[in-house]
Amino acid sequence: MSKTDWPLWEVFIRPRRGLAHTHAGSLHAPDAEMALRNARDLYTRRQEGVSIWVVPAAGITASSPDEKDSFFEPAADKVYRHPTFYDVPEGVAHL
Amino acid sequence: MYGNDFTTEPPEQPGARSLLDQVADAERDLQDAARSDRAGQAGDDYFMSVINADQKIEPRDWMPDKYRKNLIRQIAQHAHSEIIGMQPEGNWISRAPSLKRKAILLAKVQDEAGHGLYLYAAAETLGIDRAELSDMLIDGRQKYSSIFNYPTLTWADVGAIGWLVDGAAIVNQVPLCRASYGPYARAMIRVCKEESFHQRQGYEILYTLAHGTPEQKAMAQDAVDRWWYPSLAMFGPPDGDSTHSEQSMLWKIKRFSNDELRQRFVDMCVGQAEILGLDLPDPGLRWNEEKQQHDYTQPDYDELFRVIKGNGPCNRDRIAHRRAAHEGGQWVRDAAEAYAKKKTGVAAA
Ligand SMILES: [Fe+2]
Ligand SMILES: [Fe+2]
Repeated sequence: MSKTDWPLWEVFIRPRRGLAHTHAGSLHAPDAEMALRNARDLYTRRQEGVSIWVVPAAGITASSPDEKDSFFEPAADKVYRHPTFYDVPEGVAHL
Repeated sequence: MYGNDFTTEPPEQPGARSLLDQVADAERDLQDAARSDRAGQAGDDYFMSVINADQKIEPRDWMPDKYRKNLIRQIAQHAHSEIIGMQPEGNWISRAPSLKRKAILLAKVQDEAGHGLYLYAAAETLGIDRAELSDMLIDGRQKYSSIFNYPTLTWADVGAIGWLVDGAAIVNQVPLCRASYGPYARAMIRVCKEESFHQRQGYEILYTLAHGTPEQKAMAQDAVDRWWYPSLAMFGPPDGDSTHSEQSMLWKIKRFSNDELRQRFVDMCVGQAEILGLDLPDPGLRWNEEKQQHDYTQPDYDELFRVIKGNGPCNRDRIAHRRAAHEGGQWVRDAAEAYAKKKTGVAAA
């Protein structure tokens, strides 16, 4: 019955100046301009944002949760990337 | 903006504050649980261990087929209810008694459209298409809450819907802010935060009428008389007859039984009705000291099943209206699509 096939857009909102855009949800719209207007009506009815990004969902490449371990593991054994790894001699200031 | 009416404080409503607190708690716990993300592999054990740890399943995680299907059915039915739920109140937008009430009602109905769309978006992350969900609503393959098959006969019904119907919906929905499926839980947190204004505006309408002329008070009482039992029926059949329940509890996509939630709702409403100065139409309603809760008369479940089966006062109207709106809007969607195609063509040339 439905013959409309509008693409899906992911919506990101910056809640206030100084904060990063975060994912708020998604919506369908025929083009970017309409997606932006619909996102305003749908996700910022109570001044939840000062800036909106809309991104075609088809344009997002995501890592797979099945590979989560092998994909992110290489970072797990590099404790020396954290400042807490290092011994700081007593009395050293500003380090 | 519309006179001083806006600045007068609505009467304090017992229980409302604690519901918003519960939503805030659910949101905080969601963030806390996210901090201790666990490692593991695909399969049922990992799936259940995430759920048991009160963590969230996310769209691309492995999940049992039945979990996916159940969730799609539950979220879609909820989304459809928000969409159909615009109709009974929409009926009064053009006849609201003041500009202030009209602006409020318009904002509320707009919120319900928003709730429907948040939920369709959450359902789509499970791999179903929104257009297909719309079709399933229109051709009756999926259901919506039976409460919206009752008519709104007077302005007081708008008050009764806000207080009782949105009130019952909140009691149902606050626990879903802790649902195990991430996109659903996040959508519900949004929905519940917005719902509390819906309930308060309804309560305020009834409070105003109940403290007006004798005719206005009678109108408010009549609305409460008609909406009370259908609101109790919103929690579904009694626990003994409820399908889907046990597995849904295990999966944490349902967190309390129908009867538990119904009881919670009754206990909340009694004090609120007293402050309104209106009676709940139940001669059997009384405080049970031993159980520390109210005894009350159950709604007519035969009526509930009749309405669910399609034979309530407005079932056919609601679907006919939805179908007409959908089909009547087709040319707008076609035009927008044609315009988008034309623009991409121009950009590519
Ligand atoms: Fe809603
Ligand atoms: Fe609502």
